[in-house]
Amino acid sequence: MSQSPLPFNYPLSTELYAPRLIPKDEFIVSGHRACQGCAEVLALRHALKALGPDTVVAMATGCMEIISSPLPTTAWAVPWIHVAFENAAAVGSGIEAGLKILRRKGRIPDKDVTVLACAGDGGTADIGLQALSGALERGHKMIYMCVDNEAYMNTGIQRSSATPFGASTTTSPAGKVSIGQATWKKNMAEIAAAHNIPYVATACSSYPLDIVEKMRKAKAADGPAYVHCLSVCPTGWRIPTEQAIRYGRLAVETCVFPLYEVVGGRYRITYKPEKKRPIGDYLKGQGRFRHLDEATIAKMQARIDEEWEKLQAKADRS
Amino acid sequence: MSAGANKAGKRTGIEISLAISEAAKMARVDAVAAYPITPQTHVVEHLSELVASGELDAEYICVESEHSALSACIGTQAAGARTFTATSAQGLELMHEILYIAAGMRMPIVMAVANRALSAPLSIWNDHSDVMACRDTGWIQVFAENGQDAFDQVICAFRFGEDRRVQMPVMVNFDGFTLSHVVESVEFPAQELVDSYLPPYRPENTLHPDRPLTLGAFAMPEIYTETRMAHEAALLASRPVIDDAWAEWGKLTGRHYKAVETYRTEGAETLFVTMGGLSENAMEHVDAAREKGKKVGLVHIRLWRPFPIDEMRKVLCTAAHVVVMDRALPPGAHGGPVFTEVKSALYDQSRRPTVHGYIAGLGGRDVTPADFGTMYDLAMAAVKEGKKEEFRMIGVRS
Ligand SMILES: Cc1ncc(C[n+]2csc(CCOP(=O)(O)OP(=O)(O)O)c2C)c(N)n1
Ligand code: SF4
Ligand SMILES: [Mg+2]
Repeated sequence: MSQSPLPFNYPLSTELYAPRLIPKDEFIVSGHRACQGCAEVLALRHALKALGPDTVVAMATGCMEIISSPLPTTAWAVPWIHVAFENAAAVGSGIEAGLKILRRKGRIPDKDVTVLACAGDGGTADIGLQALSGALERGHKMIYMCVDNEAYMNTGIQRSSATPFGASTTTSPAGKVSIGQATWKKNMAEIAAAHNIPYVATACSSYPLDIVEKMRKAKAADGPAYVHCLSVCPTGWRIPTEQAIRYGRLAVETCVFPLYEVVGGRYRITYKPEKKRPIGDYLKGQGRFRHLDEATIAKMQARIDEEWEKLQAKADRS
Repeated sequence: MSAGANKAGKRTGIEISLAISEAAKMARVDAVAAYPITPQTHVVEHLSELVASGELDAEYICVESEHSALSACIGTQAAGARTFTATSAQGLELMHEILYIAAGMRMPIVMAVANRALSAPLSIWNDHSDVMACRDTGWIQVFAENGQDAFDQVICAFRFGEDRRVQMPVMVNFDGFTLSHVVESVEFPAQELVDSYLPPYRPENTLHPDRPLTLGAFAMPEIYTETRMAHEAALLASRPVIDDAWAEWGKLTGRHYKAVETYRTEGAETLFVTMGGLSENAMEHVDAAREKGKKVGLVHIRLWRPFPIDEMRKVLCTAAHVVVMDRALPPGAHGGPVFTEVKSALYDQSRRPTVHGYIAGLGGRDVTPADFGTMYDLAMAAVKEGKKEEFRMIGVRS
């Protein structure tokens, strides 16, 4: 296919993706077991490129852990630890504190090491929310990255509080009397921002340069940084594997998932679509939304418009 | 060497909780992550003070829960920092999931547990329900008998837990309130003595970019069994290292500790088996009963995991009857955990005593020396009647 895979007129290639701007080093290496077309591992890969080799990763149970660490093998080229599902932030806190005291006491080399705690939307917005809030409040110099594929994918596509309204999952199935997920997606970036930490950003697996830039800012932040990355999961969203990038872009172009950052409390929208696309463009073709009727879609559109207005107002005030 | 002969030990009247914090300080811990719960609170408060005053150069992570406390401890330990924490009851149960992981990942964290009953109904008072629910978590588990014991065990725990041949987390159990809040005379060794006993922590495998490692990988069926077996083997192999660590502490301080302690067991026909602070009440009873010509003695278990099965068999098989006191009631199990453990240890011995189990002192109910007399009488009555008594609760109001 020579024409753009995108359903709208968008220049492909260099403007979207500039390999020369992204380090060539790999820290999560090939051979891992992610599904074909997994954009969650893609997002993670780009995040790590930004952070570089002097990074320690504390990862929650979930897809990214399971695909990368079947004993006795590993896909990790940086130090990596997995402890449990709900405690990546707490483990990361410990690593940060441990490295800090050992460096102060001269027991490890005197160099900066970045601590990245990473979990899925379940490990972040649901079971790990308390540990995350504690870590952000305590002010550890640590980056927390949520790789949000909008459900518990590792255990078979169950809903989380970050699953979008209307999505059919295995525990929020669409049915005769159910539209699927009946609650609105929890806004984790706002929750993180409410902790008044130096850096909060949203990102998306389809925007690698943006991920790299935001992770670099997160690394430079003087305290906790939170990056919430919408990460397209073809398996759970029920889309063709080669469409992962396209759907991430549509999430952003429709303002379903806006890209922005909150630096020292100031909001900045980092990518403003020239023309906001209707939500139908995004929903169409995703198996998880297949059952939705026009009325429900209109309701979703109204909500997205409202949220987008609110975000713009915040950015305007900043 | 006699108790007084050690180098520059200083005797101080101190609350046992504070003595435990001081022990962590003397062990030069690098990191503490803990969450307050009665009756452990004084331990973490005092540690906070020690860090705040600069007396202890450590990172104190004031976490938002016990689950995060132990999770953060795994983080600090994995970074290579000597790590201490403390908890009790509900806090220990909130950690439960992570207890197994700390052990499975071979993180030699030392944790003091101020033993307390479990809810519901809520009770802040002492028994051993909390730690017994964590029996199979893979930690080395020690029970202190008094303040000095608790202080010493914290220091010894770092020594054997961190030993390259062991690398296991250690729980130092001490009874809530009846030990934690009691002021006792504790002998503090000189810092140089502790430093000579406990080398700086130099772990082999840590999280650092200079040598990237993957920790906490998952296991498929073809390898999980082997990892569990390796853990079991390592836990059992820790015994001689623990014994050596105690022996050296004994040489340095004059205070000698053994996995199983015996008190007036010579010629005893009936032996009590106890764990924790109530052993001292049992001793009082043994003294009084011996006065009256009853041939009784006491076996006090200090090391609960790995269970000292050889010593227990050896000493208990010299008696005709064994009376086990448990401080926890595992519902539906037909007896307390120590009782069932002892019974199963003795089952296939050619010459085995009768074993009688009594559960006492739940949720802070007093167990007096006289109560041990009651247990003895009940056991003897059962023997006389030829009854196979399963187990009984002591001191239950009808
Ligand atoms: C305490 C606990 N509860 C439940 C599970 C089962 N579990 C493992 S991963 C997972 C879902 C992970 O979802 P998410 O965090 O969104 O990550 P994803 O797999 O989608 O990347 C669940 C429910 C667990 N491991 N631990
Ligand atoms: S289920 Fe989704 S997130 Fe998980 S590995 Fe597959 S594509 Fe990636
Ligand atoms: Mg998920």
